[in-house]
Amino acid sequence: MQPYYSKEVIDHFVHPRHFGEIKNASGLGKVGNPRCGDIMKLYIKVEKKGNREIIKDIKFHTLGCAAAIATSDMICDLVKGKTLKAALKVGYKDVAKRLGYLPAIKMHCSFLAEQGLKSAIQDYEKRKEKKKTLLR
Amino acid sequence: MPRKLKKVYMDYAATTPVDPRVVKAMLPYFSEKFGNTMSLHSFGQEAKEALEESREVVANLIRAKPNEIIFTSSATESNNLALKGVAFANREKGNHIIISQIEHPCVIESAKWLETQGFKITRLPVDKYGLIDPIDVKKTIRKDTILVSIIHASNEIGTIQPTKEIGNICKEKGVYFHTDAVQSFGKIPIDVNKMNISLLSASAHKMYGPKGVALLFIREGTKIEPILHGGGQESGLRSSTINVPGIIGLAKACEICQKVMKKEDQRLIKLRDKLIKGVLEKIPNAYLNGHPQKRLPNNTNFWFKFVEGESIVIQLDLLGVAASTGSACSSAKLEPSHVLISIGLKPEEAHGSLRLTLGRWTKEWEINYVLKVLPEVIKKLRKISGTI
Repeated sequence: MQPYYSKEVIDHFVHPRHFGEIKNASGLGKVGNPRCGDIMKLYIKVEKKGNREIIKDIKFHTLGCAAAIATSDMICDLVKGKTLKAALKVGYKDVAKRLGYLPAIKMHCSFLAEQGLKSAIQDYEKRKEKKKTLLR
Repeated sequence: MPRKLKKVYMDYAATTPVDPRVVKAMLPYFSEKFGNTMSLHSFGQEAKEALEESREVVANLIRAKPNEIIFTSSATESNNLALKGVAFANREKGNHIIISQIEHPCVIESAKWLETQGFKITRLPVDKYGLIDPIDVKKTIRKDTILVSIIHASNEIGTIQPTKEIGNICKEKGVYFHTDAVQSFGKIPIDVNKMNISLLSASAHKMYGPKGVALLFIREGTKIEPILHGGGQESGLRSSTINVPGIIGLAKACEICQKVMKKEDQRLIKLRDKLIKGVLEKIPNAYLNGHPQKRLPNNTNFWFKFVEGESIVIQLDLLGVAASTGSACSSAKLEPSHVLISIGLKPEEAHGSLRLTLGRWTKEWEINYVLKVLPEVIKKLRKISGTI
């Protein structure tokens, strides 16, 4: 029998590598699951290298179950150092896959992680637009 | 070599280990005294005798008559039989049934199904401690009310209802009164006569007996229809080959509970109150669910701000402590515990709930161990949630 949570989920839940806050983050995504009540905050620090925008750092704060914490940590693992373009291609299925497996009822946690990242990137883009208009 | 992990079972409300004395009593009834109670030969009669002796022991624990006890396979079955059986047998009198909002799912779902069959259900609210007001029961009983079913002690928050007062009202009004006593049976004194109970459900595996055996007390003269039809066992109320070893186990469990109840209650209340006091003192933003005194000797239930319950349970499990939660995250329907919502907790508060239930083998060092590791777990999870 498979244990309820995979070894990977337990590992990222007990020893999350990326939890915390980024002061002066370039983008902040805040998402919640209205059904179970989990809340996830993702902070990203974006740096420009030439015309490439790279996620230099990413951190999270999550109030939620073991799966929500593990998926938060995993999405950070998956996109840290990636360009925004590449990061946007990372989906909830990648998060679940890298965690071995998720109980069916916990798949929504990986979706929350994907949404959290997208929301943080959107926030970054919005801030960038604002800056542009201010400079004009 | 790493030190062996301490194992602390604090989920006695979920199920209990079978007392070794119970196992010993059951063993001869598998391969040696294996007869079918319906058989006329010596094998059958030996089993039948054991069955009837067990019935007496079980009845004695709640001051019932032996012929008022029937054996079933689970408390879920007993509660289904009580609700559906009384409902269908008393249709000509009326079709109104009263339950509480904090019943076990098997009562809630039975009532819901009865609604599809034309019965009307009233679900009584509880106060912030989970208590039913008996006056509400009195006011809700109508001419067409046939049954009131109120849980004796909550499986989640441990609150003990004013069952005697409710029983008196039902008797006065001529309405059957059923109580789901799964968590209280064998743990605190129950007298079905003094409490004016017409039907009572209980299960062996919550009181150190085996799984798969339970009972329904049905007061003599109660009009009830069976839901299982067949060979006519248990006075025709519950056809099925009799689970003799299980029933022997249940009876032995009752006998032990009756013997140790008084002392055991005192011991558990001490441990329970130490745990409650310690948790509330050591952990900031921690709250007790349920009534501080009118609660089962073995039940504690808390909620913690800024943490989620399932993550507490998993962390505790990794530290060897078995607990449970009413958080939506741990429910199959992703919904918070209906009991916690009924006592006025917001979904985000129920989200941080934790139930620790004690039992016969709970020792003081286990309470101390939980009081050491739980504050660390909460602190760690609050760091991850970004609230400290």
